[in-house]
Amino acid sequence: MDVMPKWADVILIPLISILLAAILSAIVILAIGENPWEALKLMVSGALGSTYGWGYTLYYATNFIFTGLAVAIAFHARMFNIGGEGQALIGGLGVALACLFIPWPHWTLALLGAAVMAALFGAAWAAIPAFLQAKRGSHIVITTIMFNFIAAALLNYLLIGALKVPGSMEPATAKFPEATHLPSFQDMFNFGDTTFFRGAPANITFFVGLAACVALWALIWRTRLGYEIRSFGHSESAAKYAGISPTRIIMVSMLISGGLAGMMAINNVQGEAERLVLNAVEGAGFIGIAVALMGRSHPFGVLLAALLFGFLYQGGAELALWTSIPRELIIVIQALVILFTGALDNMVRMPLERLFLSMRRAKNEGRTI
Amino acid sequence: MDFGTLLQMLDATLRLATPLLLACLAGLFSERAGIFDIGLEGKMLAAAFLSAAIAAVSGSVWLGLLAGIGASLMLSAVHGLASITFRGNQLISGVAINFLAAGLTVVVAQSWFRQGGRTPQLSGDARFNPIDLPFAEAMRDVPVIGPIYAELISGHTILVYVALLTVPLTWWLLYRTRFGLRLRAVGENPAAVDTAGVSVIGLRFAAVAICGVLCGIAGAYLATALQAGFVKDMSAGRGYIALAALIFAKWRPWYALYACLLFGFLQAMSLRPDVVEGIVGFGVNGQLLDVLPYILTVIILAGFVGKAIPPRAGGEPYVKER
Repeated sequence: MDVMPKWADVILIPLISILLAAILSAIVILAIGENPWEALKLMVSGALGSTYGWGYTLYYATNFIFTGLAVAIAFHARMFNIGGEGQALIGGLGVALACLFIPWPHWTLALLGAAVMAALFGAAWAAIPAFLQAKRGSHIVITTIMFNFIAAALLNYLLIGALKVPGSMEPATAKFPEATHLPSFQDMFNFGDTTFFRGAPANITFFVGLAACVALWALIWRTRLGYEIRSFGHSESAAKYAGISPTRIIMVSMLISGGLAGMMAINNVQGEAERLVLNAVEGAGFIGIAVALMGRSHPFGVLLAALLFGFLYQGGAELALWTSIPRELIIVIQALVILFTGALDNMVRMPLERLFLSMRRAKNEGRTI
Repeated sequence: MDFGTLLQMLDATLRLATPLLLACLAGLFSERAGIFDIGLEGKMLAAAFLSAAIAAVSGSVWLGLLAGIGASLMLSAVHGLASITFRGNQLISGVAINFLAAGLTVVVAQSWFRQGGRTPQLSGDARFNPIDLPFAEAMRDVPVIGPIYAELISGHTILVYVALLTVPLTWWLLYRTRFGLRLRAVGENPAAVDTAGVSVIGLRFAAVAICGVLCGIAGAYLATALQAGFVKDMSAGRGYIALAALIFAKWRPWYALYACLLFGFLQAMSLRPDVVEGIVGFGVNGQLLDVLPYILTVIILAGFVGKAIPPRAGGEPYVKER
């Protein structure tokens, strides 16, 4: 029985949670002796006040769309994929190998090839934890955490060894060839004398991310597989009774999840850095958790949440630049969002449900009289 | 490798295993009561920061330790509130706590000390200093036993000995007291405990609080004993290694000690690549040694070496009267 109307569940609860997180963040800013209102104004003007700011906001948002979708699809199968960070790192390896060792004739083909490689590598990195969960019952959260560390060590090893440019001191691969350069927003929105998004890293991958949102929506709600994933997530025993194989659903949903997390690499590795550097993911895999929780695991919600976190990320960078508020404030906000939308969900939900119940009761009484 | 180097390595093992052991036992209490805790890392980090900050300001390491435990307990309270009272997802709560600590420590450290997210260097009474056990110097010349006693057993900070004593204490508490029996029962079958008229919520909160205290000591050890002050992200994944050790130990106290010593030894080896090369004959990659705990844990989880079965009610909030 739904106690609350759907809009309250989908919109009101996330909004209240964000508001709580925002209030606590404001208190933190106050406590370190800065003005929260000024900080917010600075964040808005820095992230949304110019096409340059938008270019960064959308670039970060693209990362979070992919990692958010990755966590979301796993949530639908009631899996908690905390390994987006590692999967995106390994996806970056796939992109680097594709761009460095295959002579692409044109960027469209390079994009396609790199995306496939990124997805394959990311999915492969999720496959082992998924298999252990499905066959051995070892907890996916623990194994994916372990695989994050193993991925980071593997990349460190490769970037100071096999993949490093000979003679260079820097732990990074060579720059990718010119043919793999993805059109940035600056290339795309250049109208003669007015250039938008000058110097910002947003690129065509943003549209790939939008397409991924639509594709995932269609997969979850318009295909047989999506139905199976959702029913498995709602009740494993019922799904089993209906002839849905748990092993298959766990494997498939985690492979899609890993593939999506891996595809983030076409944005940050091929689109922005155009080479593979150390710690290329910079925590975006973990932000995917906050994004998926806030977006209620719905691709459209994930898109909105990713935009919000893109704004927070770029705004936070501006704050660190102009005030004494360090960049880590964004991590605090991220933590609060995860806490309120994820772990303390019931704290917000229970009083609201009670409110809606009493409202309904009052209405019904009015009718009977 | 000569005897002296071996002793040095084992000495380093003991020092590096201490925070792992404390955090691992912390996790053991929590998970045995049915509360998954992947927030060990965050609690250690918060405790490390506040203990170093208070020790730096007050000049007393004991006040620092108390503050560290306090910080860790605060986060434990959040975890308890989220996962016991409001029956939220324990894993998500743990993730949130890790990020909260990672962010807040730097933000507050920058605001208090303006040293780029670190605390001032600690010295003298603001740090836990090594204690020489009695007769350590006198016995140094006795062959074999002398150096072992003087180098390996003596000369650690008090928290190392506290950590080692916590192992038998934990064993006794869990397996020889009524509280321990109930604590273990609440992690296996909370409904049975509830039927017996014992408060599930009370027991779980007690377990989470013990976890907070132990994590607090672990964090304080990092910042005031192992190193002299707090630096950003200084827990460096130790909370996760402790988690790995807990699985490795299959949620048992004595095995936790062995697992932490093993993982501490791996950390000590990655700090001394020259020694490792001397033994094996070729250079072993430091990255490999760093991730070996995780790889070993995955192998254990895969069920190749025995089966690690977690407490049965772990991760599930208890709902009375379903």
